[in-house]
Amino acid sequence: MFDTSLTLADLGFLAQGAAMTLAVTAVSVIAGTILGIVFGVIRNQAGPYWSIPLTFLLDVFRSVPLLIQLVLGNAAQSIFKLGWPPFTTSCVVLSLYTAAYCTEIVRGGISSVPATTRRAARSLGLTWWQDMRYIVAPLATRVSLPAWIGLTLGVMKDSALVLWLGLIELLRASQILVTRLQEPLFILIICGAIYFIISFPVARLGGYLEKRWSPND
Amino acid sequence: MIEIENVRKSFGQLEVLKGINLTVKKGEVLTIIGGSGSGKSTLLTCINGLETIDAGRIVVDGTDVHAKGTDLNKLRRKLGIVFQQFNAFPHLTVLENVMLAPVKVLGQSKAEAEAMAVKQLSHVGLGDKLKVYPSRMSGGQQQRMAIARALAMSPDYMLFDEVTSALDPQLVGEVLDTMRLLSSEGMTMIVVTHEIAFAREVSDRVAFFHKGRIHEIGPPAQVIGAPQQPETAAFLKSVL
Amino acid sequence: MISYSFHWNQAFKALPQMLDGALVTLQIAILSMVVGLAVALALTLFRLSGNRALSGFATGWVEIARNTPALFQIYMAHFGLGNFGIHLSPYTALLVGIAFNNAGYLAENFRGALKAIPDTQARAGRSLGMTPLQAFRYIVLPQMLRVAFLPATNQMVWAILMTSLGVTVGMNTDLAGVTQELNARSFRTFEFFAIAAVIYYLIAKAVTLIARLFAARMFRY
Repeated sequence: MFDTSLTLADLGFLAQGAAMTLAVTAVSVIAGTILGIVFGVIRNQAGPYWSIPLTFLLDVFRSVPLLIQLVLGNAAQSIFKLGWPPFTTSCVVLSLYTAAYCTEIVRGGISSVPATTRRAARSLGLTWWQDMRYIVAPLATRVSLPAWIGLTLGVMKDSALVLWLGLIELLRASQILVTRLQEPLFILIICGAIYFIISFPVARLGGYLEKRWSPND
Repeated sequence: MIEIENVRKSFGQLEVLKGINLTVKKGEVLTIIGGSGSGKSTLLTCINGLETIDAGRIVVDGTDVHAKGTDLNKLRRKLGIVFQQFNAFPHLTVLENVMLAPVKVLGQSKAEAEAMAVKQLSHVGLGDKLKVYPSRMSGGQQQRMAIARALAMSPDYMLFDEVTSALDPQLVGEVLDTMRLLSSEGMTMIVVTHEIAFAREVSDRVAFFHKGRIHEIGPPAQVIGAPQQPETAAFLKSVL
Repeated sequence: MISYSFHWNQAFKALPQMLDGALVTLQIAILSMVVGLAVALALTLFRLSGNRALSGFATGWVEIARNTPALFQIYMAHFGLGNFGIHLSPYTALLVGIAFNNAGYLAENFRGALKAIPDTQARAGRSLGMTPLQAFRYIVLPQMLRVAFLPATNQMVWAILMTSLGVTVGMNTDLAGVTQELNARSFRTFEFFAIAAVIYYLIAKAVTLIARLFAARMFRY
């Protein structure tokens, strides 16, 4: 059916690229989420002295193109002679980028828990930490999960930019094949299909959860 | 004249109208009372074609509402309807709310439409709220605006679907006053309502709907004052 | 610790060039938004039309735009179309890619906005004798634009940031492209890109601020 010089080995090459994409995404999302939770709690709890500079800093990560952040990150680690491989630099930058968005999601989730509920918990003698762990966390997670899923998918798509630092993730792998095989449309369609197959079901799941868990009183 | 012949309507498995026969003459005020789910509101939305019917006919001034070739948009200019939720258009001022349909549907000039809008709004007591946005008005005021909006189309008939049910009790009076005024001016009205005292005072005839049928119909003195059917009496006892 | 000496002077001297690049960035972003909005509106109407082919096409566009990277979409425009003999310049490919992306996200924003408007509004319009199109145009659409305004503003900021992806397809006249050229000639990577970052930040903030002011005036109700 298709007259192509694409071999199984080439598909394997693409699969490796996809694996790199997923690896970068996974590391960054995990690290970024942990940071996001910490920052989100700080944003919610701490007084203006802490939260205003923090907000400003995180806002910078959302207002500068990711590509620029990657370049700056790479330049910085070179200046400070940190000797980071591109994978590390990419993950560090992407983690901070993820954290910036995750902070807002976490903050939103925490503030969605009615103050009256939390007051009730504290009135029963629960400490701040217990309130957070047994009352706020479950409720806030429910509210935040759809948005967090969206963020994860966004990071997965944005991870394509790490090709600029030389990492061979899915899109770069596709580009290499295109240069070699000169079948741009065919290969790019496969590339797009792979992204789509990874992203679409997860996005649908997020949408389903959002509908199912939306406040229906 | 509105003629309703043997109308049946179901929502899925649930039959809501089980054969309604009714004629409303020009100038008449007909009130429809009954419990929830008895089909009252559905009948109104069937009259102006927002809902389809499964059997029977509804004829308004000689036009079969649900016939294939009927121009519903044209028909609706004759049938003003006011709903329980005021449905104010939030992005337009009160004046613009009332002017919109006359300009876009009737093709009136802005000046014509504005003159009519001012007239109707003053008529319902909102003459000083022309440039206000609906969100800044009370429910009663929004409902009166909805009435003026329907009147600005110069309809031959006005349908009222439980227009006071969503209002705070102290705002109900101003809306009923407006409706009372309309009826005294000879407007043909079909009013679905829970306000029994109002129904008694204003109607020429009252119809009691029970389980999808007209259980009893007659002058208010009879239906409300001396109901002949036990179900009617039971209903009135439960609401009064 | 650091044996690197920062040479900010070089970077500041290049500021006029970078600002010219910033103008090109804005130009692309604005154009891509205009096209994106128009297409998104069309896609929304397609989805409402009830016609299976049209609404399927619209949904397909939206899902592809939202489930693949923006960079992929730009690559498609630049490399993928080569199969059809269409060779777009870096500028055009960037514009097409971002516009495609905008259209998909904006169409989804519009869909969410429409859901927020109770269908009793359209009903009220129909009851006054309006045709479905009239009810949509005069009653539903204005309200939809208000709800969709904030997400659309965010999309505009995204578009500005997305223009930086042009460097991967050889774009050298926008802010990122100019900065990259300066970098390639001088190797003062950190200084040049740091200033570029500041410029992007300021543009993004300015757009958000203007949008907020505009909304306050336009949507006074």
